[in-house]
Amino acid sequence: MLRLITRRLIFAVVTLWVVSIVVFSAIELLPGDACQAFLGQMAQGKRLENCRVEHDLNAPAYARYSKWAIGLASGDLGKSIKRSKPLEEIIGPRFRNTVILGLTAALVGIPLAIVLGALAALYRDRRADLWISFIAIFCMTVPEFIIGTLLISFFSVWLGWLPGIVIMRADAPLLDVLSKIVLPVMTLTLVMVAHIMRMVRTSMIDVLASDFVMMSQLKGVSRLRQVVMHALPNALLPTINLIALNIAWLMGGVLVVEVVFNYPGIGRLSVNAISDRDFPLVQAIALLMASLYVALNLIADLLALVLNPKLRTRGAKV
Amino acid sequence: MTGSLLSIENLSIGFTGLNDQPIFIVRDVNLTLAAGETLGLVGESGCGKSSLLLAMMGYYKQGLGRLRGGIAYDGQDPGLVSSQQLQALRGGGMALIPQNAGQALTPTLRIKAQMVEVLRLHSDLAPGAWHARCLALFERVKLPDPEEMLERYPHELSGGQQQRVAIAMALAGEPDLLLLDEPTTGLDVTTQVGVLSLLQEICRDLNTAMVYVSHDIQVISQVCNQIAIMYAGEIVEMGPRADLLNQPVHPYTQGLLASIPRLDQQTLPHPIAGEMLQPVHRGSNVGCGYAGRCALATDQCREIAPLAQPIADRWVKCHEVTAARAGEFIRPAQKLLAPNLSDSELLAVEDLSVRYQAPTWLQSLRGQQPPAIVRAVSFGIRKGEIKGLVGESGSGKSTILKTIAGLQPSLSGRITLSGTDDLAGPVESRPRRCLRKVQLVFQNPDASLNPRKTTGEILRRPLELYFDLGPGVMDEEVDALLQRVNLPESYKGRFPGQLSGGEKQRVAIARALAAKPELILCDEITSALDVSVQAAILKLLLDLRADSGVSLLFVSHDLAVVETLCDSVLVLEGGEVREAGSCAEVFKNPQHAYTQALLASVL
Amino acid sequence: MSSAPAMLKGVMATRSGKIGVVLVGFHLLLALMSPWLVPYDFAAQTALVDHAGPSLAHWAGLDTLGRDVLTRTMLGGREALLVTIFGTGLAVVWGSFFGVLAGYLGGRIDELIMRSVDIFLAIPWMIFLLLVIASFGNAPIVMILTLGFFYGIGVVRMARAATLEVVVKDYVLAAKARGESPLSIMMTEILPNVRDVLMVESAMRWSWMLLAFSALSFLGFGVTPPTPDWGLMIANSRIYLALAPWPVLMPMIALSSLIIGINLTADALAKSLGVDKTTRALV
Ligand SMILES: Nc1ncnc2c1ncn2[C@@H]1O[C@H](COP(=O)(O)OP(=O)(O)O)[C@@H](O)[C@H]1O
Ligand code: SF4
Ligand SMILES: [Mg+2]
Repeated sequence: MLRLITRRLIFAVVTLWVVSIVVFSAIELLPGDACQAFLGQMAQGKRLENCRVEHDLNAPAYARYSKWAIGLASGDLGKSIKRSKPLEEIIGPRFRNTVILGLTAALVGIPLAIVLGALAALYRDRRADLWISFIAIFCMTVPEFIIGTLLISFFSVWLGWLPGIVIMRADAPLLDVLSKIVLPVMTLTLVMVAHIMRMVRTSMIDVLASDFVMMSQLKGVSRLRQVVMHALPNALLPTINLIALNIAWLMGGVLVVEVVFNYPGIGRLSVNAISDRDFPLVQAIALLMASLYVALNLIADLLALVLNPKLRTRGAKV
Repeated sequence: MTGSLLSIENLSIGFTGLNDQPIFIVRDVNLTLAAGETLGLVGESGCGKSSLLLAMMGYYKQGLGRLRGGIAYDGQDPGLVSSQQLQALRGGGMALIPQNAGQALTPTLRIKAQMVEVLRLHSDLAPGAWHARCLALFERVKLPDPEEMLERYPHELSGGQQQRVAIAMALAGEPDLLLLDEPTTGLDVTTQVGVLSLLQEICRDLNTAMVYVSHDIQVISQVCNQIAIMYAGEIVEMGPRADLLNQPVHPYTQGLLASIPRLDQQTLPHPIAGEMLQPVHRGSNVGCGYAGRCALATDQCREIAPLAQPIADRWVKCHEVTAARAGEFIRPAQKLLAPNLSDSELLAVEDLSVRYQAPTWLQSLRGQQPPAIVRAVSFGIRKGEIKGLVGESGSGKSTILKTIAGLQPSLSGRITLSGTDDLAGPVESRPRRCLRKVQLVFQNPDASLNPRKTTGEILRRPLELYFDLGPGVMDEEVDALLQRVNLPESYKGRFPGQLSGGEKQRVAIARALAAKPELILCDEITSALDVSVQAAILKLLLDLRADSGVSLLFVSHDLAVVETLCDSVLVLEGGEVREAGSCAEVFKNPQHAYTQALLASVL
Repeated sequence: MSSAPAMLKGVMATRSGKIGVVLVGFHLLLALMSPWLVPYDFAAQTALVDHAGPSLAHWAGLDTLGRDVLTRTMLGGREALLVTIFGTGLAVVWGSFFGVLAGYLGGRIDELIMRSVDIFLAIPWMIFLLLVIASFGNAPIVMILTLGFFYGIGVVRMARAATLEVVVKDYVLAAKARGESPLSIMMTEILPNVRDVLMVESAMRWSWMLLAFSALSFLGFGVTPPTPDWGLMIANSRIYLALAPWPVLMPMIALSSLIIGINLTADALAKSLGVDKTTRALV
C-alpha cells in the first residue's frame, strides 16, 4: 500500500512537470511572443524592446522555462505583463475564491448526488427514478450560463431574495464571500449533481443485482441496512475515481459560471487574461488549475485505497 | 397437510411476455417436505431450479414473479406475511447457501461483521456472546484458524473457505430448513468432497431439512434421500433416491442417467438428442415439455400435458409410463478404442516451462525469479491419439495449451510438430503451414464465437486464410463442415446469439476443422454444457478422430470424461506432471498419491 | 447486425426516442434550410424600435440593436452544428483509434497511451481552447481541431474500456491463434463489437461539445459578430432579460431543445442496442 501511494505521488509530480512543459511550449508556439501579443498594434521599436527586456524574453526558451519552473517550485508564479502587481497577489485571493466556490459546490453536490443516484437506482424505472433522471438530463444538457441566467431572473429579479451579480473585491473576507455565493454554487451544483448522480445510479443498479446484495436480503437484513451497508459502499468504490475525473472536467464550467455571476475567481481572471493577451498570467493560472486537478485525483486515489479492502491487501496492483 | 415443513402447490413462476402471454420459468410444481427431510432437485441449467429454490424464500429475481400457486412454510406463505415476519423467516426459519460464495459475500465488509449480522437478527444471544458463537460455528464447519478468519475480508479466503463461511453463516440462525443452490459447483473435486461430507454431517447431527439444487445427480445422491428431476420448469419425476437412481422411469431421467460419463464403464455415455428450449420458446406448448427430445413421444404427448402418476413411492409425469418402464430404447454403445494408433509422434513437448510475469527490475536486481506456472513438462502425442490433460484449477492446463498454440511465450523447452516444425515461437513468428496444423477450441461457447459474424462467415475465415479456394468451392466446403458437426446447412446465416450452447460449440469445432488440422487443442470444451449435450459432443469428437485421424489434446477437470474419451492421460499438479500413461493403466492403478486422491474424490 | 434503419426503428420504439429524433431532425433541417427561410437579413437593424416585443412583423421581437430575433435564432445554430458535428467526428475517430489500440495491444503501449491521456486531462481544456482561439481566430477549422482534440481524450478512455471487455473473449484469442494480423483483428473482431458503445458515447459527446461551443460563444470566443449564434445572443441580451425576454428565451429554447433532443436520442439508442450500462461519464 505504501508503494502504491508513493507511485501515485510520483506520478502526480511527473504530471505537473509535463503539464508545465506543455503549457509553456504551447504559449511559445503561439504566433508572436508575449510582448508582441500584449502590445498588439503598438508592438514595435523601443516599446517592444523595453517590454522584452523587462520580461526577459530575449533569453532562449529553455532558459526561460527553467527560470519559470524553478520559480514555480519556490512559489514564485512570475510577472504579469499588464499589471504591475506580482502574480501571487493577483491570483492568490481569486484562487481562494474559486476553491471556496468549488469546495462548497462539491460538499453540497456530492452527497446529494449519491443520495439521488441511490434512490433512482432503488426505484429504477418507477416514478421517482423517472423524475430524478429527467431533471438530471435537464441539468446536464442545459448550459451553465442558461441555468445561471434563469436562477438570477428567478431568485434575484423576480423574488428579489438574493443578489444576482456578485459585487465584491477579490480579497473580501471569507464571510463576505460565503454570503454571496449561493447562486453560483447552486448553478455549479446542479450540473455536478446531474452528472455524478447518473454515474452512481448506473453503478448502484449493477451492485443491486449482485449476489451479495441478494444474499443480504435473504439473510433477513432490513432494506435500509442492505442499501447502506452492503450496496452503497460497493457501488461507490468504482465511481470515486470517475467522480474526481468528471469534477475536474466540469471545472471548465467554473469559467462560465464566474463570468455569469461576475464572481472574482481565477476562472473569470483567466478569461480576462486571455482577452488582455497577458500570457504569463494565463500560464500561471493554467498550471494552478492543473495542480487542482492533480490534487483532486490524488485525493480520490487515496480515498479508494482507504475504502477498498482489495487494494489494501499487500502486493495489490491497481 | 400437517407435519410438513414446506409445501408447494401448483406453483408457477414467470413473467408476462409480449402480447401479455405468460412465460413460465417454473410450471405447476407440487412438493412437500417434512422436517429433517433432504430433497435434491436435479436439472439442466436453465430448467428453473434456482428460481424455484428462491421462491421458497419468497424471493424472485428482477422481473420475475409468482404467476399462480401457493407456498407454505410452517403454515405461512412467505409471499403474504409482513415484511418483519419475512425478515425473521429468511435466515431464521430457512437459510440459503448460495452457489458462488465468493460473490455472495459483501466485499467491503469483514467476515465477522457479516456473521454478526445474522446473529443479531436471528439469535437471542447477548452481543458479548457473538464472538464465541462465531468461533464455534467456524469450528463446526472446520475452518482453520477461526479467530484469524473472522478478521479477514472475503477476497482473502480461498473458494473452499468462502463456501464454508457461507455454510456457517446459514447455520448461525439455527434454521429448520437449509436451501442449497449448487454449493459445490465451481469448486475443485477434492474441495467438493470435503464440503459434501461436511453437509452430510450437518444433516445427520442437526437434523435440519434441506433442499439441495444441483445439475449433478451424483452430488445430490451423496446428500439427499429424496430426488426430484426437473425439466423445462416442471418436476417430471420424484421419489426416493435408490428407486430413482436404480430404476428411473421418466424418459428424461433415463436419458439423463445414461448420458453421464462414469469411471470404470466400458460404455460410452448416451446423448439425448436436441437441447432444452428456453422459456420464451416453450411459450405456448401445451403438451409434455420433453416431447421435442423424447424417443417415445406420441401425438398425445404433444397435445396434452401429462399428469403426475404415482408409482409405488414416487410419481412420474409421463403418458407412456409402461413403455418407458420397459426401458428398451437406450442402448449403450461400446466404448471405441483408438483405431490402431501409429507409432509416429505428431507432437513432442520437451522440458516445457512457462511463466506469466517477467521479473520486475527490482527482482532481477536481487537475482530473484517469479515462479513458473508450468515446470519441466514433457509429453508426446501420436497421430490419431486423444490425450487427456487433467488437474485442478490453476494447475497449468490451459497455460500448456496456450503455449502450444503460440499465444503464450515459453520460458524454456522445445515443442516440435511432426518432428520438423518448431513450435517454440509465438504465433506471429510461425509460418501459415504450422498455424494451420494446430487449432484451438475453447471452454465457453458464448465467448468463443464473434457475435457479429454469421456461422457462414465464421467458418469461411480459416478457409480464406489457409487455402486458395474459389467462391463456389468455398460454399461447398462450409456446407460440408456444418454437416460434419451435424448441423443443418441452413445454420450458415445464423448469428451465434441464435444458437444454443451445444450448437455454438459445434460451430467452434467446425471452425477448427476448417483448417484441416493435425492437432486440435480442446480446453474444457464440454464443461459449460449440460451432460446430455456433452455426451453428444464427446461422440462427435470420437467420430471425427475415426474419420480423419486428427489428434486431440483434451483438457478437462472431469476424470470420467477423460476416461471415456481419451487414450492416454497426463495428471498435472501445480504445473508439474505427476503421472502419465494410458487411461486404462492410470485409472485402474494410479501410482502417484495425487492421482489416487483425485480418483478418490470422483463421486 | 443492426443497420442504420433498424437502429432508427429501435430508437423510435420509445416515446422519448421519438421526441429526440424529431428534435434533432428539426434542427438539422433548419440548419440546412434556414438561409432560404428566414424573413429578414440577420444583420439588418430596424432603427428606433429596439427591444420591441413580438409583433406581426417580428414574431419574436427585436434585440438590443433592433435586429429580428426569429431570423437570428433560426440561423444561430448553424455554426455550432457545423463545428460540433465535425469536431465530434474527429474526436471519435482519433479517440477510438488510440483507445482500441491501447486496449488491444496492452502492455507498454497501453501504459504510454493511458499515461499521456492522464496528463492531457490535467490540462485545463477550457483555458487552452480560449487561448488557441484568441491566437488563431475562431475559424470553424480551428474550433473543430481544438474541440476535436480535447473531446477525443475522453473517447480514448471510453474506447479502451470497451475494448478491454472484448479482447478477453475467446474469439479474439482464436483469431490470434489462427494467425490473423493485429489490424484485421481490430477491424473485424473488436470494432464491430465495440461499435454500439462507441455510437452511444459519441452521441453524448456531441451534445457535450455543443455545450462547450455555446459556452465559448457566450464568452465571446465562438463566432464573430454580427454572425448570429445562440450563445452570443444570450450573452448580449441577458442583462435585459426582465425588460425584453424574447432575445434571450428564443436562443435558450433553441439550444436546449437541440441538446435535450440529442440526449433523448442517445438514451433511446442505448436502450435499444442494449448498452445502457455504459458509464457515459464525461471523461
Ligand atoms: N430475471 C429473469 N428474467 C427473465 N428470465 C429469467 C430471469 N432469471 C432467470 N430467467 C430464466 O429462467 C430460466 C430458469 O432460470 P434458473 O432458475 O436460474 O435455472 P437453473 O437454476 O435451473 O439454471 C432460464 O431460462 C433463465 O434464462
Ligand atoms: S409424456 Fe410423452 S413426450 Fe413426455 S416424456 Fe412421456 S413419453 Fe416422452
Ligand atoms: Mg442455478
